[in-house]
Amino acid sequence: MTFLPFAIAAWLFAVGLYGIVTSRHLIHLVICLSVVQSSTYVLLLAIGYRTGAGAPIFAETPVGAPVVDPVVQALTLTDSVVAATVTALLLALAVQVHKKAGTFDPDELDILQG
Amino acid sequence: MSFTSRRNLFFAGVLGFAALFLWGLRGLPDFGRYEGVYGLTLNKVGVAQTHATNLVAAVAFDYRGFDTLGEEFILFAAVVGVAILLRAHRDEAATDDAKEKEDEGRSVPHTSDAVRVLGLGLIGPTVLLGLYVVVHGHLTPGGGFSGGVVLATAALLVYLAGEYVALRRVSPESLTELAESAGAGSYAVIGVFGLLAGQAFLTNVLPLGTTGHLNSSGTILLINLAVGVEVAGGFSFILAEFLEQTLLVRERV
Amino acid sequence: MRTLLPLAVVIPFLAAALLLAAPQSWERRGFDAFAVAAAGIVVVISSVLLADSTRGPMVYWFGGWVPEDGVALGLAFVAEPIALTLVVLAAFLVAGSLVYSWHFFDTSGNLFHVLMLVFLGAIAGFCLTGDLFSLFVFFELMSVAAFSLAGYKVEEEGSLQGALNFAVTNSIGAFLILSGIALVYGRTGALNLAQIGESLAEAPVDGLVITAFVFLIAGLFVKAAIVPFHFWLPDTYAAAPTPVCVLFAGIFNGLGLYAIARVYWTMFDGVLGAELVTLRAIMVGAGAVTAILGAFMCWPQRHIKRLLAFSTVSHVGMYLMGVGLFSPPALAGAIIYLMTDGLVKGSLFLCAGILLHRLSSVDELGCDGKGRSIPYTGALFLLGGLGLAGLPPFGTFVGRALIGEEAARLGWPWLTYVMVAASVLTAAPVLRAGARVFWGWGPGADYDQRSEAEGDEEEPETTEARGTTPSLMWLSAAALLGASLAAGLVPDLSVRLEPAAELFLDRRAYADLVLRGVTPDEVPLPPGAPLTEGAVTGVIAALAAAVAAGMGLWHSKLPASIRGGISRSLGPAFRGVRALHSGHVGDYVAWLTAGVAVLGGLMAATLR
Repeated sequence: MTFLPFAIAAWLFAVGLYGIVTSRHLIHLVICLSVVQSSTYVLLLAIGYRTGAGAPIFAETPVGAPVVDPVVQALTLTDSVVAATVTALLLALAVQVHKKAGTFDPDELDILQG
Repeated sequence: MSFTSRRNLFFAGVLGFAALFLWGLRGLPDFGRYEGVYGLTLNKVGVAQTHATNLVAAVAFDYRGFDTLGEEFILFAAVVGVAILLRAHRDEAATDDAKEKEDEGRSVPHTSDAVRVLGLGLIGPTVLLGLYVVVHGHLTPGGGFSGGVVLATAALLVYLAGEYVALRRVSPESLTELAESAGAGSYAVIGVFGLLAGQAFLTNVLPLGTTGHLNSSGTILLINLAVGVEVAGGFSFILAEFLEQTLLVRERV
Repeated sequence: MRTLLPLAVVIPFLAAALLLAAPQSWERRGFDAFAVAAAGIVVVISSVLLADSTRGPMVYWFGGWVPEDGVALGLAFVAEPIALTLVVLAAFLVAGSLVYSWHFFDTSGNLFHVLMLVFLGAIAGFCLTGDLFSLFVFFELMSVAAFSLAGYKVEEEGSLQGALNFAVTNSIGAFLILSGIALVYGRTGALNLAQIGESLAEAPVDGLVITAFVFLIAGLFVKAAIVPFHFWLPDTYAAAPTPVCVLFAGIFNGLGLYAIARVYWTMFDGVLGAELVTLRAIMVGAGAVTAILGAFMCWPQRHIKRLLAFSTVSHVGMYLMGVGLFSPPALAGAIIYLMTDGLVKGSLFLCAGILLHRLSSVDELGCDGKGRSIPYTGALFLLGGLGLAGLPPFGTFVGRALIGEEAARLGWPWLTYVMVAASVLTAAPVLRAGARVFWGWGPGADYDQRSEAEGDEEEPETTEARGTTPSLMWLSAAALLGASLAAGLVPDLSVRLEPAAELFLDRRAYADLVLRGVTPDEVPLPPGAPLTEGAVTGVIAALAAAVAAGMGLWHSKLPASIRGGISRSLGPAFRGVRALHSGHVGDYVAWLTAGVAVLGGLMAATLR
């Protein structure tokens, strides 16, 4: 049971990849990409977790009390906000592709061949 | 490649990928028993060294502040990228004609009064919450990144409660660009304070104050403000750009 | 001197932030000048740092957080010669592209300059960092700036799709890297490269180490465009704006390989070092496959930028062969090759840009003979083709010779032949296209294995002065080519990077430097050996490329039996491989997944 969080991270990565490979809609594809990204967050946070420990906020907790790892929390905090803007960038690309090609379906975007 | 061959190639690949990943994950310490030296050391000394009670903020903005500068610039680059990608084509002209929008089936659905009232009512508290989260980033969970996003949702509420035009008046493009630029630039300038004081870049050279007070932790507080401004400006900008794409009918001329 | 180090990153960042806030009333020339000045300052700073670092590398701890008892609390920059060489190269290329786009390149405002400066800052941070997560952050930053720059031409469908393919595949690469970082962090509890290396060396190899290594390498392979992670490259480079292509072809891919070397030598050498021979085989194999495939796909291209893109893929395979030999002379050779080859390719892309500006097309067949009006550009283009083949005194022959000699010493003598073949096969189409476009050689009819991608639909990137070539455009192309030529003339170039490479490969010295402040002993410059064999190989390769180009031009004059034989044997292969490059992002990701699985399987089977 304690392996479950790690297994979930692997599962999310794989499922996200599946979504991207079989996608028929660019917006769906970009969202699948963010599913893959969330797998990395799950992995990071699961690694830093300590059972029975609190958050690394020492406003009320005394220094020295068991807390979870603050480093992965910091990494995930900044990365997730930034990832939202990168997703926005990809969606902007998808919107422009749609405007030019008239479709969101990757199967029909065949201008780059050979 | 046909759909079937692509899918089959993928299935073969993902089986190997998953097997590899799970095999690697088995080598990790048991879930909940993490004893990494970096985290443990920071837990012991972090509060004393930075006078910040939110250790996550101390890690993000002081110990690993340079990383966060890089992350902030990722946000900056992504926002500039959205601006580049959604800019009007050379061969497009915007029109705000409501009739044209209706013809295209793109007219804005009528907002109910309940949404309007609720939206208007929530704008104030949201801004307040956002400012609180940003300013108290070194004391309690939150900080520039999360607080900035909350502030940007206030802009979204303006749109929901009113119209796109109201949003544009509240956060015009020049203001959000200025916020972007000021936020990112200030972070770099705060780092330069350290250089001017004869120390390394991004050293916490301001007085650290008393732990637990609002005015403490030196540069961490300032960096939180800079990041808050940038994130709020950036997200408002992205929001407005995407709305402009769909609400202003652009004609190919 | 110490304060200069962070400035290499901070100055471009600050300049970008300031430029964004600049009022639109500023004249275009103001933006150009400001951006070029910022890039120029970085060139100067990094050159000064480079000269200083040859006396001894320097470590810079941000925020004043120095390590205690071997535990790093903060982030470090490590200023050593190889990293600084890449920073100088990047700054030079950025300055060159900004000069090229002076005034005429259609940028609609200052956003282009802002992103180019952010890109430069990211590259500097990526090269100099001593921290694993910083490496990832700057990797992401480079990529995000690149995505927007690649999709810059929003009016062009090909450009947008290329950017989308680029963004999706490289983002997955970034996530693989982050997963690898998470695994390493879980095992070692550290993010500092040196500290991780010491921690990993204390325990034997197991599944976690191998998986983390595979993920990190695979993610970097995506960036470097190694087969089968390379599919995004031709789509993107063919349609990106010309000044951006210069950066892409010049340094972007090479940085992926630099990171592979850095990641291996600081972190994994202690734990995987016993299996160096196997690792060599895997890396060199991947490099060889990439070199051959890239060269193979070059030949049928008629879209000149796509042609150059495939030659980039092929040459990256060759750099990987150098890096993958895991030895100091080979690493030095790879860096020299990367640098000089990148300059040549940058120049070729700029020439293609001039072609687009004057003729509104980059199609080899469509521009047949029309390039006669721009003979000076033609001269640069053809010289560049010879530089790709490794003709002395272009620095490319030095790099290739170093790698080849080291390979022979390690028991892989056939490597030189593979590299020469790939060089010939990538240079020949360039010479063929150049002769056809600029001199009008070759009959109109052509063989039917041509790629479908035509260069006629490229949108022009400039809006004025279409009748003449602005001198700055030509001068920047000439400057890049000239720099590659000058590098080849540097005396003892082949050994100048050797001490730096020795230090690069020494994990213990690196750890002592970073964690305990121990300056390593100075390694003396070994005596330079004249690379006569390499020079002769270069001349032969250039001649062979010219002959092959001729065969391509006068294809119809070959006897019918030979022509039939070639098209029967190679035709299906061409069609098959070309069909794989379908432009469909789902295909690319499927290949990526399969590639990770294969790489993982190989390493799991051999490294335990």
